[in-house]
Amino acid sequence: MSGLLRYALQRLVLTVPMVLILLTVIFLILRVLPGDPVSAMLGGRPVPPEVLQSYRVKMGVDKPIPAQYVTYIGGVFRGDFGSSMRTSTPVLRELFSRFPATIELAIFGLLVAGILGFSTGIIAATRADRPIDHGIRIFHIASFAMPLFWLGLMFQVFFAVKLGWLPVASRLGGNVAFTFQPVTGFYVLDAIIRWDGKSLVDIVLHLILPALTLGVAMTGLLGRMSRASMLEVLGQDYVTTARAKGLRERIVVMRHALRNALIPIITVFGLEFAVLMGGAVLTETVFSWPGIASYLMRSINARDYTAIQGSVVFIALFISVINLIVDLLYSVVDPRVRY
Amino acid sequence: MTETRETMPVRRSLLARAAGGVTSGLRGQTVLKVGLVIVIAFIAMTVVAQIWPSMNGFDPTKYRNAPRLEGPSITHWMGTDQLQRDVFTRVIAGGFASLVVAFSAVALSMMAGSVIGWISGYAGGWLDRCLSLFMDAIYSFPSMILAIVLVAMFGSGLSPMIWAVGFVYIPTYFRVTRAESLQVRETTYIEAVKAIGASRTRIVLRHVAPNTVNAIMAVSSFNLADAILTVAALSFLGFGLPPPAPDWGFDIQNGQKYLQSGSWWLITFPGLMIIALSLGFGLIGEGISDLVNPKRRRKLG
Repeated sequence: MSGLLRYALQRLVLTVPMVLILLTVIFLILRVLPGDPVSAMLGGRPVPPEVLQSYRVKMGVDKPIPAQYVTYIGGVFRGDFGSSMRTSTPVLRELFSRFPATIELAIFGLLVAGILGFSTGIIAATRADRPIDHGIRIFHIASFAMPLFWLGLMFQVFFAVKLGWLPVASRLGGNVAFTFQPVTGFYVLDAIIRWDGKSLVDIVLHLILPALTLGVAMTGLLGRMSRASMLEVLGQDYVTTARAKGLRERIVVMRHALRNALIPIITVFGLEFAVLMGGAVLTETVFSWPGIASYLMRSINARDYTAIQGSVVFIALFISVINLIVDLLYSVVDPRVRY
Repeated sequence: MTETRETMPVRRSLLARAAGGVTSGLRGQTVLKVGLVIVIAFIAMTVVAQIWPSMNGFDPTKYRNAPRLEGPSITHWMGTDQLQRDVFTRVIAGGFASLVVAFSAVALSMMAGSVIGWISGYAGGWLDRCLSLFMDAIYSFPSMILAIVLVAMFGSGLSPMIWAVGFVYIPTYFRVTRAESLQVRETTYIEAVKAIGASRTRIVLRHVAPNTVNAIMAVSSFNLADAILTVAALSFLGFGLPPPAPDWGFDIQNGQKYLQSGSWWLITFPGLMIIALSLGFGLIGEGISDLVNPKRRRKLG
């Protein structure tokens, strides 16, 4: 366990340069590129120079760029991401308040992708080169080629507008929004804690389409990896031995092959998380989901530089942590891996 | 000449199969062929779209040319939009930005990423470590978000999109070429070339680089498929071509407003176009991967 702990710490330290590099790239692009953040923020209206200057001092952009950089980096390492130029609320507070919405969406999206990708991958592998295998592989490739925002809109057209089964967008319906009291910000969890059945139904209904959109778009990679990994395991000697013993195919696949096929798939989950966060930007935009990705989009549209930087750093840190967890999980699933 | 012999098979497999291999190399390569047909059809369609208005009188950018928000009919195959334009005319012309940005961006990142990858992999040492750290940092970050942030800062339009999308994909090529050059560096023939006294530049350009071409080719096709989706997403978010120009992503964003009233044709057709084009590039990638690595066919499928 101490080896594992040391490895975890090492990895955590290694994320520092990664975040620093991303931060620097974003900082340079935001500040060095032509365009004045202050006049951009004021909407390009003609403003007296002394007012402009006072804003500059207030926002700290009157100093030379290297000084701004040092101040900003220092702030980030102390956990101070600065205040939003638009609303002047601390960026970090805003991000934390929106974080549960994104996580909730991500978890359910992954759940959809996991169920769909894993099951189709296994089915395709156990029936390799038969029609069903070809069908599933086409589905996987199509899932790669699907623009996520379009898929979301099509779901809206079909399930919300045409059939009227599900709500079009947002996290809560108007009738529940007034009575529902969040605790943790994870609404599904909150509704269960509050023992509020009516809200729970409403929340889950709102969650279905965004989660499905995010999930289906990620099914391709997961499904292909599952298929490949399962095929490889099924070709190994111990599987042949199991079959030779006269075990039923179901037992061979489920008991013997499945566990080993799982191992490489876990790494894909780590990779998918980056894709997932990218997908979250579009999903949150399409479904008016109040998460960190939609906060980033809103900040971009308002040219709110501190908020953009803050969101980027936040997302980078979050992905580093996820990758670390996936790595550690690896050693749990595969006992051969030792740190 | 002895030194080039060892790189020959690699080069031959690529050139012979890609250029002269229509008869022999492509035999049985249904996936690759389908992909090529799709992509060529899209390029042809975009070209035809430029002269289409003079052929039937519909113009993708001219307003009040047709009825308002009408579903597909015989005169308007894909319906009309809120500004009374023919959707079909806009859809066939709408791939222009996607194709231009995808090809340019992938070319840009391919060149930059490969060169840095060759150098990094071959040189090794602290340079390699620094470059790898930098590239890994960018690689691990969601490419879609990075592209959005970059394009938002660069401004909207064709060239900002090219730069943003191109930058985002550099690490992909870096990783592929670096890994390959690391392998090539250890081979005996590189040792032999060194013994002859070839310069570093010569070794990298004549011996390391050609061995990475196969991998680059396969990666770039998948990359194009991804770029099409990224460009579509960028224009959907409003960072693409300015309004009257036909563009799939933007047209979908526009159609979103009329979704509640049931005007499904506004978003359905541009979306299907994006899927088809992205699928075309994806199939080419599959085909090339099978071609350069026949073993993969059985393993990955």
